[in-house]
Amino acid sequence: MEDILEKALEWAVQGEKVAIATVTQTWGSSPCPTGSQLVVNGDSVFFGSVSGGCVEAAVVEESQRVIASGNATELSFGVSDEAAWEVGLACGGEIRVLVEPVA
Amino acid sequence: MKKNILDQVVIAKRKNDPIVLITKITTEEQWIYKANEGLNIRGLENVEELSEAALRTDRCARIQVNEDIFFIQPFNPTLRMIIIGAVHVAQFLVQFASLSGFAVTVVDPRGAFASEVRFPGVAKLTSWPDDALRELKPDFRTAVVMLSHDPKLDDPALVTTLNSEAFYVGALGSKKTHHSRCERLLAEGVTSEEISRIHAPIGLDIGARSPSEIAVSIIGEVVESLRRSK
Repeated sequence: MEDILEKALEWAVQGEKVAIATVTQTWGSSPCPTGSQLVVNGDSVFFGSVSGGCVEAAVVEESQRVIASGNATELSFGVSDEAAWEVGLACGGEIRVLVEPVA
Repeated sequence: MKKNILDQVVIAKRKNDPIVLITKITTEEQWIYKANEGLNIRGLENVEELSEAALRTDRCARIQVNEDIFFIQPFNPTLRMIIIGAVHVAQFLVQFASLSGFAVTVVDPRGAFASEVRFPGVAKLTSWPDDALRELKPDFRTAVVMLSHDPKLDDPALVTTLNSEAFYVGALGSKKTHHSRCERLLAEGVTSEEISRIHAPIGLDIGARSPSEIAVSIIGEVVESLRRSK
């Protein structure tokens, strides 16, 4: 089985910039349980998942900002979001995702 | 996440040591909890209790204490599956189980069954199943699946497995086969409560007929036992 954090460490050891995204809270019918993870490098290559595919693109994009700033951030996604048009969860669930840089 | 924390998590996962990562989301501070080692975090009094609960249930927790938010994330040892009987169904089950995150070991003392040609790259033991199980020591992250359909192999393995914490015990065979199996086990001194842990006939009732379909029904039942219990 693929190990997401092994990938993050492999990148970090190679000197690449890395961010780790973790689902920290869910409501309703979100497809990935809390603790689900996605890792991203500075070229937006990513492994893992934090949803059924609905918000991955937004998380990868935000990861680039986190990598650049060096500061973690917690994102919320849900149907009630203003950004729902772009990155809402089609399933009607809501999730929080912590995105942190590896430093 | 600091690289040394990532190092510790990855190394623990490689060594199959259960650990818990605690993140104070509000400040980005992180700690690692290891079973049987104490941990004190200011502002999170019952961190050890919370960590143990997270490991036991294999679930994360988000705890708010005043203004602070803590995220508690367990990393349990790899799931294991021990398959007794290197039969045709086992050839499919090893693949479904590996894809589902299980480290699989196939046990069969008959060399012609547990061969490298039939199970390429799969961990195999050719000792007697009860000896193999004493060596492998099934724990609460282990599923044990009896597929040999031969009482000489399955019965002693069942007796040993029912003494363990394995989260799933299943045995191939019809209702009739299982009935006679139960009678033999009772005669061996196994209690009816222990016997009731055995999933038999094995697998979810999805009308499976071919060996690969039976393997699907078994992996489905194993996942159900893992996630629906507790």
